[in-house]
Amino acid sequence: MNFFSDPITFIANWLGNLLLGWGVTQPVVTVILKFIGAGLVGTFGFSLVIFTIWLERKLYGRIQDRLGPNRVGPWGIFQTFPDMIKIFTKEYITPVGADKVVYNLAPILSVSAVLLTWAVIPFAQTIVGTDVNVGVLYLVAIGGIGALGIILAGYSSNNKYSLLGAFRAVAQIVSYEVPMVLALLVPVLLGRSMGVNSLVNAQSVWFVIMSPIAAFIFFTSSMAETGRAPFDLLEAESELVAGYQTEYSGLKFGMFYVGEFLHAFTISALTATLFLGGWRGPWAEQIPILGTAWFFIKAFIVYFVVVLIRISMPRLRIDQMLNFNWKFLTPLALVLLIVTAVVDKVFYIIIPGFNILNSIIPWVRAGVHLLVNVIIVLITVQILKTHRIKGVQVVGKPRPVAVAPEPPASVIS
Amino acid sequence: MTAEQLIFIIVAAVTLVAGISVVTSRNLIHSALWLILTLFGVAIFYVLLDAGFFAVIQVIIYIGAIAILFIFAAMLTRRVMQDTGPQTNPNWWLGGLIALLLFAGIAFILINWQGFSSLAPELTNPSGRIIQLGLALVSPDQYVLPFELASVLLVAGMIGAIFVAGEKKQ
Amino acid sequence: MIPLSWYLIFAAILFCVGLYGVLVRKNAIAILMGIELMLNSININLIAFWRYRSSDGIAGQAFAIIVFAVAAAEVAVGLALIISIYRRRSSVVADDMNMLKW
Repeated sequence: MNFFSDPITFIANWLGNLLLGWGVTQPVVTVILKFIGAGLVGTFGFSLVIFTIWLERKLYGRIQDRLGPNRVGPWGIFQTFPDMIKIFTKEYITPVGADKVVYNLAPILSVSAVLLTWAVIPFAQTIVGTDVNVGVLYLVAIGGIGALGIILAGYSSNNKYSLLGAFRAVAQIVSYEVPMVLALLVPVLLGRSMGVNSLVNAQSVWFVIMSPIAAFIFFTSSMAETGRAPFDLLEAESELVAGYQTEYSGLKFGMFYVGEFLHAFTISALTATLFLGGWRGPWAEQIPILGTAWFFIKAFIVYFVVVLIRISMPRLRIDQMLNFNWKFLTPLALVLLIVTAVVDKVFYIIIPGFNILNSIIPWVRAGVHLLVNVIIVLITVQILKTHRIKGVQVVGKPRPVAVAPEPPASVIS
Repeated sequence: MTAEQLIFIIVAAVTLVAGISVVTSRNLIHSALWLILTLFGVAIFYVLLDAGFFAVIQVIIYIGAIAILFIFAAMLTRRVMQDTGPQTNPNWWLGGLIALLLFAGIAFILINWQGFSSLAPELTNPSGRIIQLGLALVSPDQYVLPFELASVLLVAGMIGAIFVAGEKKQ
Repeated sequence: MIPLSWYLIFAAILFCVGLYGVLVRKNAIAILMGIELMLNSININLIAFWRYRSSDGIAGQAFAIIVFAVAAAEVAVGLALIISIYRRRSSVVADDMNMLKW
């Protein structure tokens, strides 16, 4: 196979033959190749962060009508490197009474949880870390490990505020996992598989067109899982100092910071993969490298939307956030899942009855699902309207309001 | 010694050490962390047994939910249990003896079973097994009844846990 | 190739370690951890037997899924009970929960 149609197998075979020529036995060659692959995925994840941190700060600045970093390198693109060097050289201050092993383990768990998701995201039809056939479940499992890292960080800091921050953070993350899993089941239903690469292969019509509600629920819950605004109560600088990250300094805090940015880009990449068609695009099957380009374009568009929402929306309170989850997102996701399953099954029972050309069946199916989603949205809006909070009740007489006196005429002219 | 056997021995050793540390650790939160390591080792065993679906389910349910529950419970009840006193009953030697006797009994029964040292047969249909499992859990002539009973049990457990642990409304 | 005996012996050891934890520990939460170890060893047994004896069928896997569900429900209810008792009696030591004794 040539390089362009299957790059990873080509490189793996070349490297494997090289090692076999040096006299290394076959099982050891396999293990070495797997380790090299895993290292490459991790390094790639981290090198993406360098770019996304710059991108976010530039976007922040521009939307807030200022320039953003523009001193280090053209347009400030090397700004991340001085920041990294600064964080490397800071002193590690471990609080008294902290549980040393757990204290050092927590940032590692937090970052690994984010980095591990890059193993199943397909960059092209043949470029994927590992094509597990339960990829979607694997993503859910990794989210659970992220929650574990946070609670260990809060507990081991020996600090009341860190502990409270960690409790709130884990409550938020575990609560928002429920609609996220339910919304992840909708592409699994529509694509008939749990493997992420199989789901991308099944998206002849993008899933965002077939089920925009599922895309919305997944996008919102993932943003809440990450702790991005408007759900960023976990690290509300004005309230809990820095939440569960209070007692961390130097590179340990840097790891939390990098983990959070990488998580934001990871959820953009996941939304692009599962709902926007991933690497699909014109000529993506023939030239896999072009598939990678399509994937990154889509991921960065979604990331742009994430940053836009972060800059422009105010923070939600904890009870508003949990109400939004349990009283709106979860019932909506449950209803959507049941309705999608029933509609899909009914569609495939009715279709053999008609004589429809095979090539437009995916579009007809997409149209039916889109129609059902629009109906669900209309019903939801209607229900929300009838349960609207009535106006504020005025109790007692309104207080007299002070009115500024008219200035004398000589002042005006 | 093939690579698979080497991996098995390493993972089994780590899991057993972690399991023993769960029951002998003084600090309850350290016990919970060792429990997480044990559960992760068990997940790796599921992968070795060609049941990758179960490995992921193990991580989601046990590590992602149950272990976090344990850590929460340990933190909420921390004020009372001092970590300095003895963590075990005065009759700990009797418990150890019973565990050893039980292990000896199980090993004796298993060694005298003729299928004890059998090797793994080849898998016939590796990729269709999740579909087969899904169909088995909802087919009326297979296992839909235990499945529905398990869901009723989960709902009952959820309602019961919320009611028992919830605050009393003043 | 790994014979079935390795998995069964490992599961037996894990079960006995869990049993030791249940019998010996004072803290009620630690007892629940021992129960979790026992349930995990049972699951390994089920999946090992499924793989080595009847990998064509699906009964072993279905059974293991039911055990997963039961273990999760039991831990949730058990911890809820412990927290509720802690609120009233301020103790999680299993020996102190002796209100039904006479």
